[in-house]
Amino acid sequence: MRGYLTLRPGKRFSSFHLHKKTIWVTAAAALLTFAAAVISLGMGEIKLSPLDVLKVLIGIGDEQSSLVVWQFRMPRIFVGFLVGAALAAAGAIMQGVVRNPLAAPDILGVSGGASVAAVAFLLFFETVSIKWLPPVAFLGATLIMFLLYALAWKKGVTPLRLVLIGVGLKIAASAVVTMLITFSPFLLQNKAILWLTGSIYGVSWSDARMILPWTVGLILLAALMARRVNIQQLGDDISKSLGSAVQRDRFFLLLICAALTGTAVSVGGEISFVALLAPHIAKQLVGPSFGHALPLSALIGAMIVLLADLVARVAFSPIDVPVGVFTSAVGAPFFIFLLYRNRHR
Amino acid sequence: MKAILSATSAKWLGVALFLLLLAYLGFASLVFGIVETSWHTVIDAYTQFDGSNEHIIIKEVRVPRVLNALAVGICLGIAGTLLQSLTRNPIADVELFGLNAGAAFFVVVAITFFGISSLTQFTWIAFLGSAVSGAIVYLLGSLGRDGMTPVKLTLAGAAITALAASARHGMMVLNEKSVDEVLFWLSGSVGGRKLEFLESVFPYMLFAWVLAFLLVRPIQTLLMGDDVAKGLGQRTVLVKLAAGAAIVLLSGSSVAVAGPIGFVGLVTPHLARFLVGIETRWVMLYSGLLGAALLLAADIAARFIAKPAEVPIGVMTALIGIPFFIYVARKGLDKG
Repeated sequence: MRGYLTLRPGKRFSSFHLHKKTIWVTAAAALLTFAAAVISLGMGEIKLSPLDVLKVLIGIGDEQSSLVVWQFRMPRIFVGFLVGAALAAAGAIMQGVVRNPLAAPDILGVSGGASVAAVAFLLFFETVSIKWLPPVAFLGATLIMFLLYALAWKKGVTPLRLVLIGVGLKIAASAVVTMLITFSPFLLQNKAILWLTGSIYGVSWSDARMILPWTVGLILLAALMARRVNIQQLGDDISKSLGSAVQRDRFFLLLICAALTGTAVSVGGEISFVALLAPHIAKQLVGPSFGHALPLSALIGAMIVLLADLVARVAFSPIDVPVGVFTSAVGAPFFIFLLYRNRHR
Repeated sequence: MKAILSATSAKWLGVALFLLLLAYLGFASLVFGIVETSWHTVIDAYTQFDGSNEHIIIKEVRVPRVLNALAVGICLGIAGTLLQSLTRNPIADVELFGLNAGAAFFVVVAITFFGISSLTQFTWIAFLGSAVSGAIVYLLGSLGRDGMTPVKLTLAGAAITALAASARHGMMVLNEKSVDEVLFWLSGSVGGRKLEFLESVFPYMLFAWVLAFLLVRPIQTLLMGDDVAKGLGQRTVLVKLAAGAAIVLLSGSSVAVAGPIGFVGLVTPHLARFLVGIETRWVMLYSGLLGAALLLAADIAARFIAKPAEVPIGVMTALIGIPFFIYVARKGLDKG
């Protein structure tokens, strides 16, 4: 095929067409994301020019700037990058599997499961180190995905049942969270609400170190499954006649999606609409093939969180608005636009 | 499926039994709680008020609570029936439709930015919120050739709910002082609300109940499909607008009294159809009665589950209603 490079690592398991346009677009997105990160690193109480930031990054900046960049701002920006990428990748998988462009882990309750676990942890294990919050949130996301899968199962899982039952579970999760918050002492209430809105305020290098391997590993795993996601999109009947193990693939893909969501939610809380938004933009740019769209989705998700967090940090200074408020302010109108545009489906 | 109560006399007997059940539940709700009282104390509180703790609790807490649960339950049951008929969607409910979220969002904006706490303003703001979000969800859900599908409606409702929730959270983070006040209200409860709350919205509730029952026949016709209804000479747009107005009044006034309470309106029409068949006027009547009974029972249970703390009743109804929702979603929507 012209315009493609074909790669087959692990022969039967996976294969890629490297689409040349995709490579260009993805490289451009990577550059833009980097630029966003540089600008964000320079903004705040102490302002640094992009040039100063670049100097620091290659190791020739002055001491004060280095401190500001590496110690104060970089952890937050790095975590924002990872969280955005993980959310976007999770969204891309879910949209592929559910075959509905409006599905996303936050709308179908996966993030909600993580929230229940995390808020319960904050409330009942006050004395246990906060370090355990991420694995707990992770566990919550995975458990609710199993629940969703089990409840939607009826001789197989159909996308329609996944959507309806997912929305139900989402509401159940918010009911439980509301109950937990009402029962908790005032100080914890504020902490829990901040977390629920989605915020990467006060994250540290240890958070970044914790989620880095998960994010990278899971996105790579998703990329290896690209071929299977593409087949899922054809619909159950065609996939089956192509010899694909539709249900098994669907299960593994959803598991990866839950793990990615759990990773992101564990440090960032419920940052809504990124998982929905990023894959759409990516597909607009490079087409619907999952292998093409995944890396670009991840970059765009990262960029959205970086920019939203920049606005959240700077616009209402000294108040640090939770980043989730901005992602939904952008995401919800977009969602409505999507509903409108997909009205004939 | 044949309804359990098929003869008209059986249906009326059922209504009488329901009224007895409501009286019993109301009595239980007055008497049982953290402070246990007796039937005599209840009567004494009104005939020979002596300012004792029990008497004050009954007059100020228990009686308003029973009346709130009754009124809100009836509203939610009727609203559910109207919504499910209007959208021909068995999983419609004020919660899933984003009506609760919209009203809650508007009220939180009012508390946070305008410092509003006056009851009359509260009511109008809740009506406005319900109407705006309901209209958006309805429009979004019915876009396109194939019209309103359960999935589109559900997703539209979920999106509006998510938007409202995150904006609400954002405001609560920015304004910590209002958190307590807002949270109490948001978790949905028929307790701790003064009787004036109910008094100020009761006229609207009553009006909506009457309107709903006046709409019974047109809605029965509308259930045969828009084309048939038009062919029979019905002005379908007018009927839909009237039903929409009734739904907004019902959900807005119950939100103003008790905060967002979901899933009562989802469950009750199904149970009612199981009991009395598909005739709209009976379904509507039974939904109202069932809604009141469900809310009274849930409110009593809410006091005992996590004693001495109380589970918010909105949480109770969601946890009761969601398994039911999942059951309906698994059972009834395989064709789509």
